[in-house]
Amino acid sequence: MLTLTALTKRYRTGDLALKGVSLEIPEGQVVGLIGPSGSGKSTLIRCINRLIEPSSGSVQLKGLELTSLNRSDLRRARRRMGMIFQEYALVERLTVMENVLSGQLGYVGFWSSFWRRFPLAAVAQAFATLDRVGLVEHVDKRADALSGGQRQRVGIARALLQNPDLLLVDEPTASLDPKTSRQIMRLITEVCAERDLAAIINIHDVALAQLFVRRIVGLRQGEVVYDGPPDGLDAEVLTEIYGVEDWSATVGKAPKKATRPQPGQPAVVAKESLAVVQ
Amino acid sequence: MNRQIAGTTVASNYPQHWQRPPFISRPWLRYGLALGAVLYLIVGIGSVEVTWSRVWDGLPRGWAFVSGFLAPDFFSRGADIRAGILESLTMTLTSTVVGILISVPIGVGAARNLAPPLVYGLCRAIVALSRSFQEVIIAILFVAMVGFGPLAGFLTLTFATIGFLSKLLAEDIEEIEEAQAEAIRATGAGWLQLVNYAIQPQVMPRLIGLSLYRLDINFRESAVIGIVGAGGIGATLNTAIDRYEFDSAAAILIIIIAIVLVAEYSSGAIRKWVQ
Repeated sequence: MLTLTALTKRYRTGDLALKGVSLEIPEGQVVGLIGPSGSGKSTLIRCINRLIEPSSGSVQLKGLELTSLNRSDLRRARRRMGMIFQEYALVERLTVMENVLSGQLGYVGFWSSFWRRFPLAAVAQAFATLDRVGLVEHVDKRADALSGGQRQRVGIARALLQNPDLLLVDEPTASLDPKTSRQIMRLITEVCAERDLAAIINIHDVALAQLFVRRIVGLRQGEVVYDGPPDGLDAEVLTEIYGVEDWSATVGKAPKKATRPQPGQPAVVAKESLAVVQ
Repeated sequence: MNRQIAGTTVASNYPQHWQRPPFISRPWLRYGLALGAVLYLIVGIGSVEVTWSRVWDGLPRGWAFVSGFLAPDFFSRGADIRAGILESLTMTLTSTVVGILISVPIGVGAARNLAPPLVYGLCRAIVALSRSFQEVIIAILFVAMVGFGPLAGFLTLTFATIGFLSKLLAEDIEEIEEAQAEAIRATGAGWLQLVNYAIQPQVMPRLIGLSLYRLDINFRESAVIGIVGAGGIGATLNTAIDRYEFDSAAAILIIIIAIVLVAEYSSGAIRKWVQ
């Protein structure tokens, strides 16, 4: 569904952030993109919706070549790609509802968005989505009145209101505590499953990535150095991605106790997903 | 215990003296600049010619002014004062409102992160032109163009407001949190929607604060430009001083101070409320 071919980005400073990245993401697949800071993760997902212009290579979303679109076609294509940000990137002085409805901006004209007169179906969808992420009673609060986890759920709702085919997720848990991080990752993967959405999730936390996604892509200095299942991440692969370090804690703990879905103990997971909705 | 002793021995091997490195690292330049500044100050003070006899003569006139303040006369020129104040307030309000309306598009155009280079250059040029002249000079120009009276004052203050507000608004827009704008851009929003959803909420409190501040400045300036013929309370004040009616002049100054104070406190309260 999403095909990247030899995607390359060279910044004006001369830094080569992406060196010919090729990836193929089928419909409904959630990919965890890991790699050290500066490895090009953020650049990669921003080159897909062209918040950063790629230098060369191709990006195809459902057969549509994105890199050559003109401004208005790009706007139309961006509607199909919801984005979730590190530090949430909510417009802090707007209400929760305005933030969520801003996901519809690509579909409505300027004056109806200026007067906050969105189509009835969009408003209903916004309420439904806020209910899904558990924030329906906070509709009229200002975004900066919410906690970190709540803000990120508004961010998720905003992305979903675009009715996207693909979610681009940039470090969704970077400023959240461990429990909230898990809840947010679970929510993202759940909504992807519900809507058959593909997603690319940039994530620092290897253990968290292993816990929630089935495919991991490892990026190092702008190159894909690993592409496979989460339990393929052994000490050798992690050294390849991040460099030399004692990986025994990550490799030892995460995959064995947490990542592999253990048929024997689903109870914990079920309880935590209830907590998200509350 | 052992550890503590070990700790002290280690510590004593390190220097115990540390000083912040000086701002200018070359000593000769540092002391040379300081010496130069002191010498210039001495020479400067020495070159001021003070004619003590004139200072002496001026004292009683100063006293007349002060005593005028002690007994301000609001009534013998009451009608003039009321008309002048009203004219000044009208000039202030209209020029501020019109100035804001013109400043907003120019300010948006003068923000590097929103405007294409050509528009940016044009808007920056307008800002620079408006800011390069002091209000009194612009007032003299407009008085020459449209004649004495409040129209010249209105034009002057509007023109000055554009330079002030556009520049500060543009700077504020350039300092917004880019992530919020990026998020709105990523939804497929158009340029106007981007301004309305990502920029406006971030700069609105400051725009309101600056507008109130400018209202304040415009009122004070209206008193100054009146002196060069641009109408308002300044004209009344000028007449009073010319006629040595210090008690009326004092009344005018007291009214100006009162209005500025009211503006100051109310704008502070409004700014706190919109945050």
